[in-house]
Amino acid sequence: MPLWAELVLRLAGVVVAFLVLPLVVGQIEHKVMAHMQGRLGPMYAGGFHGWAQLVADGVKFVQKEEVVPAAADRPVFRAAPIVALLPYLVVVLVLPLGPGLVGQALDIGLFLVLAVVGVGVVAVLMAAWSSANKYSLLGGLRAAAQLLAYELPFVLAAASVAMAAGTLSLSGIVEAWQPWWLAWQLPAMLVFLTAGIAELRRPPFDMPIADSELVFGYMTEYTGLRFALFLLAEYVGIVVVAALTTVLFLGGWRGPFDEQLGWLWTLVKVLIVAFVIIWVRVTFPRLRADQLQRFCWLVLVPVSLAQLVLTVAVRLALN
Amino acid sequence: MSGYLGSYLTLGIVLLLAAVLFGAAFLVNRTLRPHRPNPGKLTTYESGVDPVGGDWAQAEIRYYVYAYLYVLFAVESVFLFPWAVVFARPGFGRSTLIEMVVFVAVLLLGLLYAARKGVLRWT
Repeated sequence: MPLWAELVLRLAGVVVAFLVLPLVVGQIEHKVMAHMQGRLGPMYAGGFHGWAQLVADGVKFVQKEEVVPAAADRPVFRAAPIVALLPYLVVVLVLPLGPGLVGQALDIGLFLVLAVVGVGVVAVLMAAWSSANKYSLLGGLRAAAQLLAYELPFVLAAASVAMAAGTLSLSGIVEAWQPWWLAWQLPAMLVFLTAGIAELRRPPFDMPIADSELVFGYMTEYTGLRFALFLLAEYVGIVVVAALTTVLFLGGWRGPFDEQLGWLWTLVKVLIVAFVIIWVRVTFPRLRADQLQRFCWLVLVPVSLAQLVLTVAVRLALN
Repeated sequence: MSGYLGSYLTLGIVLLLAAVLFGAAFLVNRTLRPHRPNPGKLTTYESGVDPVGGDWAQAEIRYYVYAYLYVLFAVESVFLFPWAVVFARPGFGRSTLIEMVVFVAVLLLGLLYAARKGVLRWT
């Protein structure tokens, strides 16, 4: 295959994954939440169990009037949803699906992913401050504090795996992964997943949005397509956090017949982790802003530092 | 693509692709949506009543403490990654390890100090 054809194929795959996987996860969330709460969820759109509900939502959002408040800072207000969504596209590019099946393998893939996910804070602050709305500003400040705090355990837990594997390449980490790492890196995995959910600002870490007190936090003033982009960013975020957990802690494509079926194992693991993320949302009540900060600084950060010590000790003992 | 710069070229192409994608979405949006602004619609939303004051209202911002704590550890994690990759390779012995432990321990002391000072608990 010529170079350009391969490149086009890889990029097409990345864009399709970026657009389709969030819809799949969103539909799963509709259905799983509904059944956990003893209701049916969407049943009409598309005929079979409402499978086309999110497509219909998208079509609806595209036709909606765009309202930019007169007091808002127009360019910043309009750019914020794009800044929220774009980093995740870059992450999807470097996530390996199977052996050799990756949009673009990077030697420092993990470092790039962690750096790019951090851009989310900027998007939130842009949306919050440019809206010129009190709810938005309060929500945005809460979100900024939360994202900053939870980025630490997130990064430290990822660093633990990098130390275990001795590489920052995501494919390299999957290749170095051994089943017993599940036990060795278990605290890091739990910290990573918890911090990941907090990075997504989903319940129980949805203090920045808190619909019962802040209307919709930093998204209060958004309508139409730009609002839909923020929602899409949340679902792409679920996919990204689930995929990172899979690649770093669950062995990515590793499984029986992984030369041929690697992509399948990755997808299955991603969907299982996404299910857990949805399950957590249905189960736990919202944490207060100071409670979630205490939880981060006094539980997650010390645990992830302890995990670093454990990783170093085991790794040097193996040498 | 391979090679150091080649791999980042792909990244650039993806960003261009994203620009096309967002451009197309907003173009469709622009052709399909109605546009009938009026002053009431463009007012800042405040639960259905007229907004009181502007957005430059005073509020107690307690979150700056977390930003300070974050800066402390963000520096640490930046230094941690290059170290994480090489620490187990031959030639980086016990002293490499001890240096990092001392570095992390000092930061941990800072966090402990902040926690003992009570900045993590709101009154």
